[in-house]
Amino acid sequence: MISGVLVIFFVLAGLAVLGAVSLILQSHPIHSALSLILVMVSLAGLYLLMGAEFIAAVQIIVYGGAVMVLFIFVIMLLNAGVEERTNFSKMATFGGVPLALALGCIIAVAIARSSGRLPAPAADGAMSSTRGLSNLLFSEFVYPFELTSFLILVAILGAIVLAQREN
Amino acid sequence: MVPTNYYLILSAILFGLGVLAFVFKRNIITLFMAIELMLNAVNLAFVAFSQALGKPDGEVFVLFVIVVAAAEAAVGLGIIILTARNRRSLNVEHVDLLKL
Amino acid sequence: MSEILAKYGFLIVPIVKVAILVFVVLTLDAYLTWLERKVIAHIQARWGPHRVGPHGLLQPLADGIKFILKEDPMPTGVDKKAYFFAPFLTLMLALTSLSVIPFGPDITIFGYTTNFGIADVNISLLVLFAITALGVYGIALAGWGSNNKYSLLGGLRSSAQMISYELALTLSVVGVLLIAGDFSLKHIVEKQAGDLGLLSWNIIGFSKDHGSFTQIIGCICFFIAAIAETNRVPFDLPEAESELVAGFHTEYASMKFAMFFIGEYTSMIAVSSLFAILFFGGWLSPFPASWTMTHYLPSIIFIPLGLWVIYDGIRYETILGRVILPGLGAVFTVIGFALFLFSPVNEAIQGPFWFFAKVGFVLFFYIWMRGTLPRFRYDQLMDFGWKFLLPVSIANVVLTSAVIMWRMK
Repeated sequence: MISGVLVIFFVLAGLAVLGAVSLILQSHPIHSALSLILVMVSLAGLYLLMGAEFIAAVQIIVYGGAVMVLFIFVIMLLNAGVEERTNFSKMATFGGVPLALALGCIIAVAIARSSGRLPAPAADGAMSSTRGLSNLLFSEFVYPFELTSFLILVAILGAIVLAQREN
Repeated sequence: MVPTNYYLILSAILFGLGVLAFVFKRNIITLFMAIELMLNAVNLAFVAFSQALGKPDGEVFVLFVIVVAAAEAAVGLGIIILTARNRRSLNVEHVDLLKL
Repeated sequence: MSEILAKYGFLIVPIVKVAILVFVVLTLDAYLTWLERKVIAHIQARWGPHRVGPHGLLQPLADGIKFILKEDPMPTGVDKKAYFFAPFLTLMLALTSLSVIPFGPDITIFGYTTNFGIADVNISLLVLFAITALGVYGIALAGWGSNNKYSLLGGLRSSAQMISYELALTLSVVGVLLIAGDFSLKHIVEKQAGDLGLLSWNIIGFSKDHGSFTQIIGCICFFIAAIAETNRVPFDLPEAESELVAGFHTEYASMKFAMFFIGEYTSMIAVSSLFAILFFGGWLSPFPASWTMTHYLPSIIFIPLGLWVIYDGIRYETILGRVILPGLGAVFTVIGFALFLFSPVNEAIQGPFWFFAKVGFVLFFYIWMRGTLPRFRYDQLMDFGWKFLLPVSIANVVLTSAVIMWRMK
């Protein structure tokens, strides 16, 4: 009997793969951006399924609501048109695709072989995910946390300087 | 419960699709989106392991990856805007001034 | 009945709740447009709609029929995926945001205890913020998808405005989260339930164990940011009627425009509910719980209201008015007497009554502001969001956490 959780997993995973394939196949960058938003929202659903509810919310708010909005703004600003058809180099078709498939097979075999040795998913923790995450973030990882705030400041300054018009 | 394997296989598939998109697309912005797809695939693997081991360490790392990806997107898109203004095209094959 | 509920309740009850909520919210949207037109008209010293039905009460019905029957043109050169997806996305997000809002305390029907909202998640506040964050796409895609300069400008301006004020919105709520210690909206309301009635709401913040601090700065910041998020006056530059034709929804007619319209009013209702829950105690009565005589307040309001509507309706001009209005008044009077006589129903109705009273007051305030204030210019708007509202929200967080930590010693 297939459990409900497994059905939801396959639906969300199918949506994510559909979005990723659509990213490759669409011709206009805005449609690729919309497909990527679909991938991110379905990944947020998967995080929720795994019990990481804070990460799911942060994924939608930051990735889906800020980073992808930035992408869409830039596409609209630069008026990106439909991609031109260029010929793929022979190297890419005859060398690249078999190598990519080989990489995929190696990873799949490695994962399948280790299935016995991975720890089974732990039962729902006594501590809620947000509380555990914040305990860890502000005690053990407080130095990287402060560094990331500095990183964001530098990124803001960099983006402002880069996108200025020369007047 | 969904076995951890399934999440890892999904993460590998998404990462592979991201690599394919990066190799086969010509528009700079689409290349950048492929990088974001790869980062998301890695995040999925982190959270899957965090659930498997029962510790929240993986989730903390995912938070950092999201923050760094956001900063990178901001600066990267600034560079893309400048490149597009300079070369008047969004095709990555036209950014070839350093080619031999 | 209780056996069926105990066995299949988890399936039937949410479906029934969703059906009731969608019906109530869509009716509320329709009559909110009526209320808006009447209130703004009276502020501007004219009558609003008063021909279609008594006091214009059937105007929303006429508008609905118009939307269904009107021609739905599609301009050439639109990006079909973006053009058709945008209004659908706006409406879907607005309706989804209502599913995590608790309208009252847990109720027990036929022995089945259930939450008074649709979903009782422990991160309901974060879900609402996530939905607000995704709401930017509806407008950006609408602006881009219509093949029109004015729509694109309106869409881009509105998206920039929404993401600027989103930061102030989320930060102004952090004070409330510090007091409540939880993201769940139900727990936030329950934390405001001290025995002091009005005084223990988050806006005033007295509490017996000194765990609370007045959130008046956060309240003002949240309200201003919320008005900017829902694109209402004075922040409605994206749909500025006198400047940008109609902004991002210029090229949308009948049914698709109706979807944007309903989406905007529904998100107004959702934001007002959030405001009432976070700062005004949600479903809690302003009187302390020990004053049980105040439980008769709904009856005291409904019975005179019903009698007044009957009195007004008997002498109305049109025949339709003389039939509908007394009928409506009779319904109100009967409800008032039923609440007075049947005590279990009265107890159950206390929570939602106060909740909808507060939401109604906030919505009236929204409409009042639309009739009174002029519009911000775009650069003034962005300055205000980044240079004033964001620092004030951060200052509120710092102040609240300092006071709570000092009191915890």
